Amino acid sequence: MTVTMVAFGLALGLCLAAVLAAAVSPPERRSLVVGVGTAGSGVAAVVAGVAAMAGSGFSLVLPWVLPLAGVRLALDPLGGLFVAVVGGVAAVAGVYGIGYSGHGLNGRAVQALLPGFVAAMLLVPAADGVGTFLVCWELMAVTSLLLVLAEHRRRSEVGEAGLWYGVMTHLGFVAILVGLLTFAAHAGSDSFAALRSAHLAPALASVVFVATLVGFAAKAGIAPLHAWLPRAHPEAPSHVSALMSAGMVNLGVYGIVRVGADLLGGGSRWWWPLVLLLGAVSAVYGILQAAISSDLKRLLGYSTTENMGLVLIGVGAAGMFAADGNRALAGLALAAALLHVVNHAAFKTLLFTAAGSVLHATGTRDLDALGGLRPGMPVTTALFGMGALAASALPPGAAFVSEWLLLQSLVHGLPPSGVGTAILLPLAVAAIALTAGLSVATFVKAFGVGFLAKPRSEAAARATESPRTMLAGMGLAGLVCVLLAVAPMVVLPGVGAVAGGVTGAADPVVRGAITLELSTVAGSLSPLLLALALLAGVVAAAGAVRAVGARHARRTARLWDCGGGPLTARMEYTATSFAEPLQRVFDNVLEPEDDVDVTHARESAYLVESVEYRRRVPDRIERRLYRPVVAVVAAWGRAGRLLATGSVHRYLGYGFYAVTGVLILLAVTR
Amino acid sequence: MFGLWRKIWRTGRVAEPAPARPYTHQSPGSRVLAGSVQVRHVDAGSCNGCEVEIGSAFGPVYDADRYGARLVASPRHADALLVTGPVTRNMAEPLRRTFEAVPAPKVVVAVGDCARNCGVFAGAYGVAGAVRDVVPVDVEIEGCPPRPEQIVAALRGLTGR
Amino acid sequence: MIGAVLQVIMVVGGSPLLLGLMRQVRAKLEGRAGAGIWQPWRDLRKLFGKEAITPRRTSEVFRYAPLVLFATALMVAVVVPFVTTRSAVGPVADLFAVVALLALGTVTLALAGLDTGTAFGGMGASRAVTILALVEPTLLVAILALSVRVGSTNLATIVSSTLDDPGRVISPVTLLAAVALLVVIIAEAGRLPVDNPATHLELTMVHEAMILEYAGTDLALVELASAMRLTVFLGLLATLFVPWGIATAATPAALAVGVAAFAVKVGLLGVLLAAGEVFLAKVRLFRVPELLAGSFLLALLAVSASFFLA
Repeated sequence: MTVTMVAFGLALGLCLAAVLAAAVSPPERRSLVVGVGTAGSGVAAVVAGVAAMAGSGFSLVLPWVLPLAGVRLALDPLGGLFVAVVGGVAAVAGVYGIGYSGHGLNGRAVQALLPGFVAAMLLVPAADGVGTFLVCWELMAVTSLLLVLAEHRRRSEVGEAGLWYGVMTHLGFVAILVGLLTFAAHAGSDSFAALRSAHLAPALASVVFVATLVGFAAKAGIAPLHAWLPRAHPEAPSHVSALMSAGMVNLGVYGIVRVGADLLGGGSRWWWPLVLLLGAVSAVYGILQAAISSDLKRLLGYSTTENMGLVLIGVGAAGMFAADGNRALAGLALAAALLHVVNHAAFKTLLFTAAGSVLHATGTRDLDALGGLRPGMPVTTALFGMGALAASALPPGAAFVSEWLLLQSLVHGLPPSGVGTAILLPLAVAAIALTAGLSVATFVKAFGVGFLAKPRSEAAARATESPRTMLAGMGLAGLVCVLLAVAPMVVLPGVGAVAGGVTGAADPVVRGAITLELSTVAGSLSPLLLALALLAGVVAAAGAVRAVGARHARRTARLWDCGGGPLTARMEYTATSFAEPLQRVFDNVLEPEDDVDVTHARESAYLVESVEYRRRVPDRIERRLYRPVVAVVAAWGRAGRLLATGSVHRYLGYGFYAVTGVLILLAVTR
Repeated sequence: MFGLWRKIWRTGRVAEPAPARPYTHQSPGSRVLAGSVQVRHVDAGSCNGCEVEIGSAFGPVYDADRYGARLVASPRHADALLVTGPVTRNMAEPLRRTFEAVPAPKVVVAVGDCARNCGVFAGAYGVAGAVRDVVPVDVEIEGCPPRPEQIVAALRGLTGR
Repeated sequence: MIGAVLQVIMVVGGSPLLLGLMRQVRAKLEGRAGAGIWQPWRDLRKLFGKEAITPRRTSEVFRYAPLVLFATALMVAVVVPFVTTRSAVGPVADLFAVVALLALGTVTLALAGLDTGTAFGGMGASRAVTILALVEPTLLVAILALSVRVGSTNLATIVSSTLDDPGRVISPVTLLAAVALLVVIIAEAGRLPVDNPATHLELTMVHEAMILEYAGTDLALVELASAMRLTVFLGLLATLFVPWGIATAATPAALAVGVAAFAVKVGLLGVLLAAGEVFLAKVRLFRVPELLAGSFLLALLAVSASFFLA
């Protein structure tokens, strides 16, 4: 009985207890009990994960739980990292959910599903056999699907989002199922240990990898399999959005690393440029869609696609370097990717919970109707600002550190590389740079338009601060964001060890306590000193201004409105207008749809009565790739309906013919 | 491009030599404003005659820039308001608000006869009054329209250069 | 330590002079007399003596943005080896961090512009971040081209390696990267043909539109920080591509040479930029991406050259 095992057992036990408590406790106390249970489970999971990363893992076989294969659980450092990340998100979501569930989310089923979802997510990285993994994966998919549907009675879009999510996640599941079962069949056993020692033919290994890559990429929201993500994540209740967007998508990355790098041992070299390319495309496409989105939660959903893309760039680069034999650099790239997973989990939790707080107070997620939330919701505004800084890859923010590491690994990967790499790596750097620039634009828009300036609607003007439990949850996430931004050295050695374990890099990736020094290549950065210097610069500037220019006191005056009447909120820049230049620049990629309706006066066609202009920017991949497929499936469905007329005689006839046909077939083949 | 170079070379300096520093009284903010006055121009109902002359004053020939005066885009950045024309009813409130928007210390310059005493428009139904009836005026420049030299001289009085 | 102090003094004290010099060059070419190179300092002195104004309904973002903008410019002035490579702060930040710090400055100003809630503020912010987003790929790929041969993105290391091997400066990699960087620096510093720093027409503004609400000491800080950013950008160009004169030892003589060399290099670049601007008109906002895409291609060529010609 190691500490890992105890803590992990405690985490699962608390989840189970919360599920049971949700079923039996009275409605007024239900959300409190479930929230405390989930949060406690999250904390226990963090402890278990960290302990597993420190090396005290466990392995467990329970042959009696599931028929045929039994349950195999094990927690190694890689699994421990993801358990810790999911646990951290769950802790925040649990605390936050206590206050957030007060509004129609207090039903028995929804409350019981939340800890169930957390338990499933904790079990996936701990699974040590194909059967166990697939069962947990499916459990996670089903519980999250039901949670997405929590508000389906109130909004009609929820149902459609659920349909997209349900279909895509199960198609992804089928791909993983086929891949892993093929793998297990050739390895001759269900356990991961057997898979590791199995030697697959390269062609077969490639089939397994590509099949699982499709499934895992779909779960991680990687383009072009991202279509469900910007629908399902915004429609779910906000703490569930946080769990999905900051917790669940990571498990897609986990799957790719686990199967590709660990179980298949690196495999063929061409896998990894593919992963890198997928990552680069998703990063740029995701952030581009986020930059022009005016729905706050949809924007955050697309930003998840972007960040998972960045992570996959790191994973792909690590695979390439490892295949080239440069293990130290591979360790650096993978450490950067995993650190970005941690950072993304922290700031995306904060951003989704803050967005939920806004939704809670104003009832809208439309940025064009928000603004002016600073006076009414000071804490939420400050916390969202922190999250936006962390997400936009600027110092002193968390994502800056991980993207810096990623760039360092790419810079140092260029010199010894071949021609293919020499073309791919600069493009990857350019993709990261464009992503960073666009994410700055995105979050300036989200924060500047959504929270600052004047309110653009009555609801935004009346907004008041959220309940304390919600603020506490957000505050917790904010604290972690700050910690990750100024002291990444707290987590980086652990993350680096995990990456080293996977890639076989012997040395630790980074050294130093305050200044982060790369140990295998040249490069150093000190996030803490940068943050302190920024603070010192601000204080010095304020002091100097006070000393030099104290002749006149500061005056409050009306806004400069060119001398005319007061400026109304209708004259402000909206999120749509803010993103308009970007949308024009990327016109060819986004293909916006314009609609102009001109109504002529009755007397003469030369006089115009009214002009109506509409512009939509639909997801282009969705329109080009999915619509035709959906249309074909729908056509088949309609054709199939011709068979079902509702006549009982006809159905009995079908049954008769089917049985006869089978009998004839049997008779002929015997 | 070479055509432009040749033209620059051949034209040389077009700014007239600076006349001797004019004697003017010290205006209120002059200690702070010494050497640098940013100017915001407000057309309160002018016939645009004064505008042409102001444009000329800031052009290459008279070059008011060389004395430290500069036109700016926002009254927040300005130290002086250059008001032209009789103040029409529609412009009285905007003028007041513009004055309000300028950070202290600030000065108001009434440019042209209309701004000083409504000129030929005195008593017209659309005119609210001269500039000094709406905002406190520190410097007045006479003329209909005033010559650019006069405008430059008044601005030099403010910058002290 | 002395080097860092010298650099701060040079950048803070010299940047308004650089601006004055550039305006003077422009004035001379336009046939004017010009206000003299000390005029920006006179403007600043006056602005520091005026009252600051906080428009109603703006938040702390508007209030503290000038301070943050100034602090980022100050940090870059400390970190980049303009005068000397012997600096204790070398390991704290590298070229990526410098680029990110300058971007942070743009972002604070954009947020301040949005915070006012005026149409012009929003317009300036929207344009500024659009340009920022498009500039970033060129910047980072050019950095990649410069740092690949050195094996480090640390500024002092890049400078020392160029000093050790002067032949590098005329290699295709360096020249291509220099042109690419020049274009994006013009865009980021808000100079012609991307933004006209002397415009009075709100609809054509980028940088000016965001600061229309600032007055007095706030405006003074913003103006000083903008001048510092221009100096820092030009200084970065000079440091990366013409590093001669930068002190590699901590002796007073070497530092004096470093200071003089920095002043001469940046002043010369400023004069060239100002003279070039006379021949340029501002391009339409939606032609700017073409310009930046061109510079991105140059940067990409620089990286390819660094690989294939190595």
